[in-house]
Amino acid sequence: MSDLDTLYRELILDHSKHPQHFGLAEEDGAHATSHQKNPVCGDEITLRARVETDGETIRDVTWEGSGCSISQASASMLSDLVEGMSRGEAATLIEGFREALRSRGQIELDEDVYGDAAALTGVSKFSARVKCAMLAWVALEDALARA
Amino acid sequence: MTSATETSLPSAADSAPALDAARLRADFPILGETVNGRPLVYLDSAATSQKPRQVLQAEYDFLTHANAAVHRGAHTLAAEATDLFEDARATVAGFVGAAPEQLVWTSGATAGLNLLAYAIGNATVGRGAPASARFALQPGDEIVTTAIEHHANLIPWQELAARTGAVLRHIPARADGTLDLDAAADLIGSRTRVVAFTHVSNVLGIVNPVEALVALAAEVGAVTVLDACQSAPHMPLDLPALGVDFAVFSGHKMLGPYGVGGLYGRSELLEALPPFLTGGSMITTVTLDSAEYLPPPQRFEAGTQPVGPAIGLAAAVRYLEEVGLDAIHAHEQRLAARMHAGLVDIPGIRLLGDPSTSSGTGAGSGTGAVERVGLWSFDVEGVHAHDAGQFLDDRGIAVRVGHHCAAPLHRRFGITASVRASAALYNTVDDVDAFVDAVRGIRAYFGVES
Repeated sequence: MSDLDTLYRELILDHSKHPQHFGLAEEDGAHATSHQKNPVCGDEITLRARVETDGETIRDVTWEGSGCSISQASASMLSDLVEGMSRGEAATLIEGFREALRSRGQIELDEDVYGDAAALTGVSKFSARVKCAMLAWVALEDALARA
Repeated sequence: MTSATETSLPSAADSAPALDAARLRADFPILGETVNGRPLVYLDSAATSQKPRQVLQAEYDFLTHANAAVHRGAHTLAAEATDLFEDARATVAGFVGAAPEQLVWTSGATAGLNLLAYAIGNATVGRGAPASARFALQPGDEIVTTAIEHHANLIPWQELAARTGAVLRHIPARADGTLDLDAAADLIGSRTRVVAFTHVSNVLGIVNPVEALVALAAEVGAVTVLDACQSAPHMPLDLPALGVDFAVFSGHKMLGPYGVGGLYGRSELLEALPPFLTGGSMITTVTLDSAEYLPPPQRFEAGTQPVGPAIGLAAAVRYLEEVGLDAIHAHEQRLAARMHAGLVDIPGIRLLGDPSTSSGTGAGSGTGAVERVGLWSFDVEGVHAHDAGQFLDDRGIAVRVGHHCAAPLHRRFGITASVRASAALYNTVDDVDAFVDAVRGIRAYFGVES
């Protein structure tokens, strides 16, 4: 597989064309929202999440935005992945994702942990695109800090 | 690299001497690089140009034979360095048709535009009075820019307006990317004090009608500021003949080093303008409480200047002059025409500022032929610019993706980002053909066409 094909896996192109959890849930006071922007390319993502009354469990992650296939696919994959996770699990997940993407191809994302998002492993070899993949994950981190 | 047809392409309108890009390429070591296993096709010169050996050698020679602090010290090297530094000023000033004392060294166009905006702000609070009173802004005075500016020719004016109570207004762009001169005539009025605009759009490649805008500004006594970044490396430039009051350009976009650029000003205006940066090298008399300043250009050159880069920039403009700006302009226009011919037939490609594809409704299109430099920006339907750029990079083709520091312009065309291919004197027909051929494959790769 060429480097370009490791970046644009079929799964990534699928998610970007058919984004999951796209369209923000109605704001009802129980949600926290984060808007993130990549000033380099103008990519934007608004992500909304709800934390259950137990103060721990993440529910109903929705998002909308515009941008490159990497940023859009990453948001779609993340929203699928974190449904029902605890805050702590999500924090660990985000940290591991960030570390792998910044590893310049040294660390692979584990498919058992990251699901479809493991397909974003190839992004780490393209340092200019790491921010694209991180955008939604930073938004979730920020939203949870507000929830 | 180049095909034999390149220098012999017939063109009735083109009497400029031919340019042998293949020969010039030997002067640019980086153009021999390989990217992702492919020969580099560098089409990002509007962002930064590559530098010929002659420029690198000029800096190297200065640093290894004559380096010393300029305009101070009495030793031999100091005198030699000062002479070379001032010779460089004369060379670069001559390149834009100016006298040496009309050229202020800056670190680049952004610094030049900020210098002007802050100096006008200083005049507004009375610094440099009474000579500077002509620049002072009153609340409600107007600063006019355009809807197609690079952020560097927009944000300094936003800040100046915010500091002074002046109002910022914008000349709109028509659907074909040309400036709406009818709107400009309405906008530029008795309250207009500054009209700042770009000579050539860094996104559209269109050469703007400088004379018409200067005439509108002159009617109301407004100061004109020209961003010449995208014209200086690509076409003959005579700033006094254009009639602008001030102009800026960046060395690194015109085969020169990073960290150096020029601010041109009409002499009587530079003489009346108070300084922005203050400190060493720009004073006559200093007491603990106050100081008096040198005449231009030194008044605007506080602190240690980029001497080596200035000498490198002089070598760059000598290189451009040796090749010939008419020949460069004609060569790049041929490349732009070939690029256009190739791109316009590819399904899903929308060229920005293309009269042949823009809708002509309402204030849609200008009149007459539009002069251009060698660049085109475009949107790929269904594929984000970043993805398109990544695909091209995989084929060794370097283009710019994003908003190119002109976000409002992209909004004007209903998009957030575009792909920009920009040529320079060292690009060949083969570069353009490789680029067009690669663009043809973008939408298929991303699965947005059958």
